[in-house]
Amino acid sequence: MIAFPRWDKQCCPLHAGGLLKIMTVFLFYVFAATALISALSVVLQKKTIYSALSLIVCLGMIAMLYTQLEATFIAVVQVIIYAGAIMVLFLFVLMLLDPMSEALPVPSKHIGYFAIPLGILLAILISLAGISYRAQPAGTVNEGSGDIAAVGLRLFSDYLLPFEATSILILVAVLGAVVLAKRKL
Amino acid sequence: MNILVNYVVIPLVKIVVIVAILSGGIAYLTLMERKVIARLQHRLGPMRVGWHGILQPIADGLKFIIKEDIIPIKADRFVFTIAPGISLVPAFIVFSVIPFGPPDSLWGTGGYVTDVNIALLFAVAVSSVGVLGVILGGWASNSKYPLLGALRSSAQMVSYEVAMGFGIIGVLLVANSLSLVEIVEKQRSMGVWFFFVQPIAFLIYYFCGMAETNRLPFDLPEAETELVGGFHTEYSGFRFSLFFIAEYANMITVSSLAVTLFFGGWLRPFSSVAALSFLDIIPPPLWFVIKVLIFLYIFIWVRGTLPRFRFDQLMRIGWKVFLPVAMANVMVTGAILLKFL
Repeated sequence: MIAFPRWDKQCCPLHAGGLLKIMTVFLFYVFAATALISALSVVLQKKTIYSALSLIVCLGMIAMLYTQLEATFIAVVQVIIYAGAIMVLFLFVLMLLDPMSEALPVPSKHIGYFAIPLGILLAILISLAGISYRAQPAGTVNEGSGDIAAVGLRLFSDYLLPFEATSILILVAVLGAVVLAKRKL
Repeated sequence: MNILVNYVVIPLVKIVVIVAILSGGIAYLTLMERKVIARLQHRLGPMRVGWHGILQPIADGLKFIIKEDIIPIKADRFVFTIAPGISLVPAFIVFSVIPFGPPDSLWGTGGYVTDVNIALLFAVAVSSVGVLGVILGGWASNSKYPLLGALRSSAQMVSYEVAMGFGIIGVLLVANSLSLVEIVEKQRSMGVWFFFVQPIAFLIYYFCGMAETNRLPFDLPEAETELVGGFHTEYSGFRFSLFFIAEYANMITVSSLAVTLFFGGWLRPFSSVAALSFLDIIPPPLWFVIKVLIFLYIFIWVRGTLPRFRFDQLMRIGWKVFLPVAMANVMVTGAILLKFL
């Protein structure tokens, strides 16, 4: 189904690029496995702070996978925005609110009646998507397609409208947050 | 075999050397700080261990290792244990992209561990991970003062990162590259240090750098007089020393980046003036170290001179002064580049 990178004995003898390729494939599996394990851990941890920590690891590993795809700019932005900013705010909120305290409402016991069918529905949808997805042959990434100049050019030409629309959306969200916070002061 | 040497052996050797130099540098930075502060206050500073206290850092280091490592009963053991590491590791990783010498130095391998095309963003990204260690350490201590310190530092670091980023963009516009090696090379080919092209960007970068490293006058997260010790109040012994080392490593990072971005990195002063070529007698890495030492001295000097900001003043100056000025700097720089170049 999914095209895993594979080390081919015929094409890559140990000299020249062979060693590099082994390293690349090995690292891919390390990053991918860690990403999956930490993603599971986000859901399974009992303490919210541990979930947040697992999420940080997961996002970091995805950034590593981006670098393997030569999308270094996206990888670094992923770390700056998620690990450096958003997760800091997550931790900030978790520390202030302490979701384990009794002040928060206990979820209803009937929640299972909704959660189980919805979960099954989600599983069906994902497997449908998986079946209909045809694996692309493992192609090569174009040199420099993920660097900052390429991303910038695409962003300000082909994707200008979505980019500006997102900016306005964020601006509205910022204003909304200020208005909501001011009301309480 | 060549690939094994190029991609594994040479970088590993460089990494070991840099980590060793950095560790020694941090140890003696603490001595330098104590000596300079003492001089500013008409004291002598450490005098007992060795000649003028020259062996003091070694004694301090041994003391940190020998002391009991206390983990409070109510602390979250796992997070409490790993937090200093989260703080320390990014502080060292940044040095993998900082160039200490020109690309043809060190027998053609380059005076740096690696030169990636997004080195500057990489440095910013990695150092932004370090703040997580501070927050987690403060939270895991499960105690009032560390939590307050952690909250303050997270607010402060996130706020000042924004202004710092905009300050750096000014340099990027001029240099047209994110590679730190290319930024220095550009300063050589233009014959001018970027400080003289982007003075406002430099001031914003350096002030924000002081805030990022929790140094006076921005040291609210660990203000001794009001928070005991801030986020590391509950830490002792070796783990405390890790936080300590991380803070000093961050000081060196900020100074190194300031030198690389604004003061020509490994270049000698007036690198385009042939008449001053006798200055080449000092090798490029040494020029780099000299410049970094000047900035470290300014760090200490400021600490010995200025009082601490109040928290509301700190937030106001970050969001209402540094950020708008940095943004205006980016716009003006962009407009000038577009119009005249």
